[in-house]
This record gives sequence, C-alpha cells and structure tokens, in this order.
Amino acid sequence: MSHKISFIIILLFTAEYALHAAEQADTTARQLHEIVVTTHRPARDIIPVQTLSGEELKRLNSNSVADALRYFSGVQVKDYGGVGGIKTVNIRSMGTNHTGVVYDGVELGNAQNGQIDLGQFSLDNVEALSLYNGQKSEILQPAKDFGSAGTIYMRTRTPIFSDGEVYHARATIRTGSFDLLNPSALVELKLGQNVTASLNTEWLNSSGKYKFRYRRVNPAGELAYDTTAIRENGDINATRIEANVYGSLRSGNWTFKGYNYNSERGVPGAIVNNVWRRGERIWDTNSFVQGRYNGFFGHFSTLNNLKYAFYRTHYVNNDDKQVKIDNLYRQKELYFSSANEYQLTNNWRISASYDFQWNDLDADVYGFVKPDRISQFLSAATAVDFGRLKVQASALGSFIHDRIKGQQAPSDKSVFTPAVYVNLYPMKRKELSVRAFYKRSFRMPTFNDLYYADMGNSKLSPERVTQYNIGVLYEYNRESSWLSALRLSADVYYNKVKDKIVAYPKGQQFRWTMLNLGLVDIRGTDFTGMITANPYTDLYLTLRLQYTYQRAIDVTNPADNYYKGQIPYIPHHSGSVVANAQWRGWSLNYSWIYVGERYNQQENIRYNYTQPWYTSDISLSKDLTIRNVNLRVLVEINNLLSQDYDVILNYPMPKRNYRFTLTVEI
Amino acid sequence: MKQTIKQVFLYFLPLLTVATSCRDDELVVPTEYDIIGDECAQSAVRGFYLVNEGNMGSNKCTLDFYDYMTGLYSRNFYSEKNPNVIKELGDVGNDIGIYGSKLYVVVNCSHKVEILDARTGIRLGQTDIPNCRYVRFYRGKAYVSSYVGPVLIDANAPKGAVYEVDTLDFHITRKVSVGYQPEEMEIVADYMYVANSGGYRAPNYDNTVSVIQMIDFKQVQQIPVGINLHRLKKDRYDKLWITSRGDYQTRPSRLYVMQKKPGFNQMTLTDTIPVACSNMAFHGDSLYYYATEWNNYTASNTISYGIIDIRTKEIISDNFITDGTDKEITIPYGIAVHPETGEIFVTDAKNYVSSGTLYCFTPDGRKKWSVRTGDIPAHITFLYK
Repeated sequence: MSHKISFIIILLFTAEYALHAAEQADTTARQLHEIVVTTHRPARDIIPVQTLSGEELKRLNSNSVADALRYFSGVQVKDYGGVGGIKTVNIRSMGTNHTGVVYDGVELGNAQNGQIDLGQFSLDNVEALSLYNGQKSEILQPAKDFGSAGTIYMRTRTPIFSDGEVYHARATIRTGSFDLLNPSALVELKLGQNVTASLNTEWLNSSGKYKFRYRRVNPAGELAYDTTAIRENGDINATRIEANVYGSLRSGNWTFKGYNYNSERGVPGAIVNNVWRRGERIWDTNSFVQGRYNGFFGHFSTLNNLKYAFYRTHYVNNDDKQVKIDNLYRQKELYFSSANEYQLTNNWRISASYDFQWNDLDADVYGFVKPDRISQFLSAATAVDFGRLKVQASALGSFIHDRIKGQQAPSDKSVFTPAVYVNLYPMKRKELSVRAFYKRSFRMPTFNDLYYADMGNSKLSPERVTQYNIGVLYEYNRESSWLSALRLSADVYYNKVKDKIVAYPKGQQFRWTMLNLGLVDIRGTDFTGMITANPYTDLYLTLRLQYTYQRAIDVTNPADNYYKGQIPYIPHHSGSVVANAQWRGWSLNYSWIYVGERYNQQENIRYNYTQPWYTSDISLSKDLTIRNVNLRVLVEINNLLSQDYDVILNYPMPKRNYRFTLTVEI
Repeated sequence: MKQTIKQVFLYFLPLLTVATSCRDDELVVPTEYDIIGDECAQSAVRGFYLVNEGNMGSNKCTLDFYDYMTGLYSRNFYSEKNPNVIKELGDVGNDIGIYGSKLYVVVNCSHKVEILDARTGIRLGQTDIPNCRYVRFYRGKAYVSSYVGPVLIDANAPKGAVYEVDTLDFHITRKVSVGYQPEEMEIVADYMYVANSGGYRAPNYDNTVSVIQMIDFKQVQQIPVGINLHRLKKDRYDKLWITSRGDYQTRPSRLYVMQKKPGFNQMTLTDTIPVACSNMAFHGDSLYYYATEWNNYTASNTISYGIIDIRTKEIISDNFITDGTDKEITIPYGIAVHPETGEIFVTDAKNYVSSGTLYCFTPDGRKKWSVRTGDIPAHITFLYK
C-alpha cells in the first residue's frame, strides 16, 4: 500500500498530473477553481515557480505568450511594438539566450541566434504558462531541461472527456484595433477508449497600423514638438495549425504533435528623424513534429522524446535608400531524448537522461560556412524527500561538436554544470517553506556569434552563469473561510554572468566582432503575493501582486565609462498588479504593469535615460450557457490611459486599443 | 494567525508604491558644458564642430562645439538650439563641413543634409538625399555623395551618385551617376574625383575613382586604383591621397597617391604607400594618419599613428602620440589638425555604443586635454572668425 501511495505522489509531483486530476474531478467548475489548484501546486515545487493557467491566463489582456509573461516577476520582455513586433524575454537579467522555452515538453531551439520570438506563440490554445528560475522541480526530464538558467514552459490544452462525450468543438473570433482579424478553431475527438486527438487552427491578420505620439517640452514647460503618426509596415498575416494525438497505455502514455506556423510580416523598424517608414519584410515558416512516450513500471519510469524541426526565414529589404537584401535561412533540428528514473526507497529517487541534438543552418549568403552542430547532453539527478526537508541535486555534462564548410571548425566544447536545490518546511503545518538553490549553467555561442559573415568569431567560449537564490513562501488555504487563499513569496538572488559574449569594435568603419568579454553582477529580489477572497456567495475576488528589484551592473573593466552601470533595458524596479472579480459568469479584470526607469545603452547618463512606463488594461467577460452551447464574450481595453511609451528606444508602442473576442464551445 | 497575515500583507503593499517613480514630460535633450580652458582669443579659428555619428537606429547623431573664445566645450547643443525639430538631428551622422556662413551636416540614415547657421547653430533648412555620405563645396554649390543613384538601372546593384545642392535655396540642382557606393570626393581644377567603395557588393568591391567634369556635371572617366576605396583628400600641391579599406581578409588597407604628370591634365596613380590607413589630415607638409587593423590571430586591433612627408611620400614617424596616451584609445575614429597651432585631434569611438572621447595633442604628440563626447565622435570642422 505504501508503495502505491508514494507512486501516486511521484505522479502528482508533476504539474501536469496535478492539473489533470483537478480537471477530471470537475470540468464544469474548472473556471472558478483552477486558481485554487495553482496555489496548491507550488507547495510541492522546491524550485521557485510562477504559473498562470486556465481562466486566469485567458483574462489577462494578452495577445501572445510574451504579453502574459510580463506578469511574472524577474522577467523583462523586450517588445518592439505591435502585433507582429519581435518579443523576447530575459529572466533575471542574464540575457535572452539563457532562457529555455519548452513547448509541450520539448525545448524550442534557434541555433542561429539563440532567441525565441515569443510574439509568434499564440495564447489561443495555451492552458498553462510556467516560469522556473533554474529548472523544473522534476528529475524525470530531458537532460537539456537541466541546462538553462531559467525556463518557460508552455502547455497546450489536452482533451478530457466526461463519460459519453465523444467530441468537443470550440470556435473563437477576435477583432479590434490594428484591423485585427483573428479566428481560431479547436476540435477534440475521442477516437477510442484510450486514444484522443485534437486539431487547432488559427489565422491572424492585422495591418499593424496604430497611432503613436512623440512629444517634448522645454524645461520652462513650453511645447517643443508634439507629433502623432501612424506606425507603418507592421502588418502580419500568419497561420498556425497544430494537430495532436494522445494515447494512454496500461502503464504509461504517449503523445504525438505536428505544428506548422507560417507568417509574413513587415518589420516596422526604428522611428528616427526623417524616417517614418521602412521596407523590410520577413517570412517565417516554423514546422515541427514531436513524439513523446511516458512509461511507468513499478519503481522505474521513463520519458522519451523525439523531434524534428524545420525553420525557414526569408528576409528582404526593399528600401530604395538602402542596400538590397534578399536572404534565405534554413534551419533543421533533430532531437532525441531519453530520461529514466528509478525509485530506490520511498523517499529517494535517482534519474539519468541522455539527449542528442543535431542542428544545421544553411543560408544563401556570400561566404556562408553552413555550420552544423552535434550536441549531446548527459545528466544525472537525485531527489530526496525527508518530509519536511527536500533536496534535489543534478549534474549535466554537455558535449558540443561543430562542423563548418571550407574551414577548420572550432574545437569541441564540453561543459559540466551542477545544481542543488533545497526546500525546508520549518513548521509542521507546511504553510511556510524556505528554499534555496545554487546552479551553474552556460549558453553556447550561437551560429551567428561564431560564423556570421565578418562579425562572427569562431574562437568563442561558452558564456557562463552562476546563480544563488534563497527565498521563503507562505501559503494558506481555507476553502470555508471568506479569505480562501493567500500566497506570499520572497526571493533574493545573486547571479554572475562570466565570459559574456559581447560585440567588440574591430578595425575601422563600424565593424564588430564577438568576444567573451563581459562580466555582469546581478543582485535582485522578487516578491509575489496572491490573495483570493469569497466575501459573498458567488462573488470571488482575486488580487495578484508582483514586484522585482534588480541591480544588474557591468563589472567588466574599471576603465570603461559604463563600469558599474546598470546594464541596458534593465529597470531597478518593476512590478504588476492584477485584480479580478467574478460573479455569476461575469468577470471583471484590471491589470497594471510598471517598468521603472532604465537606460537604453550601457552608460547611465542623461542621454541614455528612458522613462518608466506603466499601462492599465481592463477586460470584462460574460459566460453564458444556452442548452449545451457555452458562449463567452470578452471586451478588452489595453493601455486605458493611452500612455505614449517606448519599451525599446525609437520603437513606439500603441496608444489605447481595443479587442473583442467571441468564443463558442460545444 | 489572521493578524500576522494581515501584517505581512500591509508591509508588502507599500513596497510597490514607494519604490516606483512616475513618468514626467519628455524634455528637450539638454546641452552639457565642460570647461576645458584652452582659450586662444587672438586666433583666427573661433572653434570647431564635432559630429558624433551615433549607433544605427538610435537617432543619436549629435553635434558638439568647442569655443576657443571661452574655453567651453558644449556637448549635444542641437536640440536646445532647435527644440522644434521632431526627433532631433537624426540617425547616424556621416560628415560635416562649413561653407561661407553655413554648416552642413550629412545625416546618413536620416537621408538628409541638415543646414545650420555656422555661428549660431540655428537650423536653416534641410535637403533630402537618400543614403548620403560626404559633403564638399565648390563655387557656390555643395556636393554630396550618395550610395543611391537617381536611376536604378539594376535594382540589386544600384550605382551611387553625387548630388549638387544650391547653397542659397538648398535645392538639388544636378546629379550625376558614379561608381558603386561612392565615399569621399575632392575638386581639383574643375574636375571632381570620387572614391567608389562598392561596399554593398562585397566581395566584388569597386576599385575606381570617378572623374566628373564640373562644367556639364558628367562622369568622364573611372580610374582603377584599389578595392573598396574610402578617403580621398587633396594636399596643398593638389595631389590626391586615397585610402583603400581592403577586403578585411587577405587584402590589407592601403594608401594611394594620384597626381598629374607634368604637362598632362589627367590624374594618374603614382604611388602605393605600404601602410594601412583609415583616415588622415594634413598640416603643412605633413600627413597625419591612423590605421586600425583587426588581427584574427590575436583577436585584437593593431593601431598605428603615423606621419608622412607629402613631398617625399616617406613615413617619417610611426607614432605621432609620444606620451603613451595611444594605449587609452580603443578605436580611433576621427582625426583633424588645428590649422594654426598644428595641434592634433583624435577621437576614440570606444565600443560604438557609449560616449567617446576627444583627445587634443600638442604638435609634439603629448596629450593636452581630452573631453567626453557623444556616441562615435567622428568628423571635425573648424570655424573661422
């Protein structure tokens, strides 16, 4: 019996199972109670995690995954503005390339520049979004998942059928500002006793046009200039098709996914004096297929993944005033992972994983060396659970071999990175926990860093990061009380980025090369708070708060005039507030995001100063059920006070804008 | 228990409000002043302008001025003098020149030449020229080289052009198609010589100097000199000194000399000086140059500062900085010599994305003073009284 219970605990240890269990228990009540589910779950995580899921995620006025990530502490989103603008994330100032992005269990890759444009990922079918500092609190996971300094997990909806149900269908249409037209459809089928399938398609079309305003006054308060213009060349036309098949076995389960994303986008570019429109365009095709098999055999569990991805990027610069560019980049990736876990005793588990990955980049650019890379990852991990004390340790060995055409390839790299996590419940009731971690990680120089024409430097070493984190979490749940849940957490951290890959001037004429030159010292603290109250029958109030303080300074060289300066685009203070009220199918949501003053270049001088920005978003939705049909109407107003701001210098953001969503589900 | 929760919550809330600060009105970019104290009231030179290029897309092309009357260095004065110009001076300055009472600033990525009053710094107007590079003057007209020609014959390889701009009404009066991606030019005896780089066509660089007959503004000849040409300056003897950037790989940067053979009216390539040269300035019979060359093996720049005697074309010094200050300079990016005192100015562009430094050296190569500039300080022009 005790064996069986601990086995179930292992299952529950994973976020997905916890959610599934809740969903199965009560599908109809999911809307209201999923928040409670997410508050329960992190108690099991010995690694600081932030999760947005289910209805809560849907209510945050977000166009894409990147928009939703703004509500996580310690995260900075670089947003070039608009529906089609590039959006990347940076966790705890360590740099975008240190952020792993995992889509339904398999990490997304970009060997070319190491950055994932999260603006391309729709929230339409995403059910949960989690951010782990360090790694996920599981030891049964692919070796690569032990590798990133911070990881974002996106999980799409999986079909769950009640007895007698054989299909679900959902259709959604979104429209609003920017000439947005965004229909999507989801069909879920029960194909057999143990096999289900889903098909999700989406079309996004937008002119990307929006008004923006630049205004300056002189110190006496007189207007110097005030101009409002329309953002041009920010149009997007994109389609997404995603097909999934899920199967359950007597002692495990499997899934298969096919994904295709196609887009054509204008690149709006920087707004500078005398230039209000540019002529750059990008066509992207991202396709991948992935399969996953999860098996449980007594004390032994196994998780196997296989993926093949093909990315095509076509970049054209049509600007008559500039150099004509017409480049085609093709990336291929093959990935295989096998993770295996064995339970030695009731409270001691060990795991070993091996990943193999092949990346290839081809481009029709002069002098291109057509690199390909074979990466192998081997990890060993252990987790010990003493009840009130939990310890997890992992070690990852990474072995990278590059080949390039026509030249001698750089030497093979092998890097060893350990991590240790501890979680302690000082009190018997397990409402308060103290956690700490130490982790080392690295990022490989990307193909662009190494081989980009004239700029790349094939002698680069990996960029290394060391993280230390200590934090407390207090959680309180009383279903019966009017204050039904409270969650408060605080973490302090210290990160050091060594051998940071930076662009270094070379020769004359504005030429650069990449060098392992930078040293960044990051100290920060994250606070999160959440409170759920049920003051009257049917009225639920939720408040979510998040605040981050960061001091991320460049300590490379005392001779630099930016020595000990805050690194670009990292605010000292940032935070958000989300307030939600629900009453009988009505839901009112208010969110406020604050990003404090920053500098747009390394030097912390007046000329590089960038003002804080803060936007208020508001949404109202109503759920209706007519016979068996569920209807939802959602109205959103973003940037309610119409603040004129830049996240990135000279990339203006939209003023007040609107969105309407209608969802029909049967 | 409930009490403690409430307390924790109350302590937590003010954190957000205390820590955050609000957005103010965006102010006109203010001018900053540094006291240098190097005054020279009796000189015919009033001061000099320095244009900072600014990184591409940053819109941080700025103008600095040093005033020999007051010894004050004004950094970034354009916005304060011209607060009504939307988005300030522009993106990536590339050249500066004074003709008569007017100051011309070539702003490459804003595709315009900005024309200011040379004494007050007040804006007089602008001329839109796509991808403009350098400016020179001749008989009441300004000539501006541009990477983009007036007619696109081959859309994938547009030839460059030189535009003629009237210095009274700032209108374009004539234009002529030249080689690929033209850079600097000079006018000698009614002919203009233009260095063509072909930088957009790597590795098929252009290697010619275009010769333009000024009377009818026609290209009459293209003389092969070296690949990827950049600087082209005439000395006091009307010889042309031309630099090649090389191909950054196997073919190094070089310095060429063109001159007219006695009895002929045609410039011919006479010398190839075996030094790398990035930029140069003349004073008397001396040519001051610097060169920055990247060495892949050591992963560092090799920088040299030399002097050439323009009569003998011989290198008479391989480091005009004599006090060791050259070790402080990361990337020399501009050079000028004070026409009266012979003091040498060298700018340091550092990492291209932070403030640079302007150094003033005495004629014997010792640092006299230095000052913080804008991003990528590059081009200097002297203002006479």
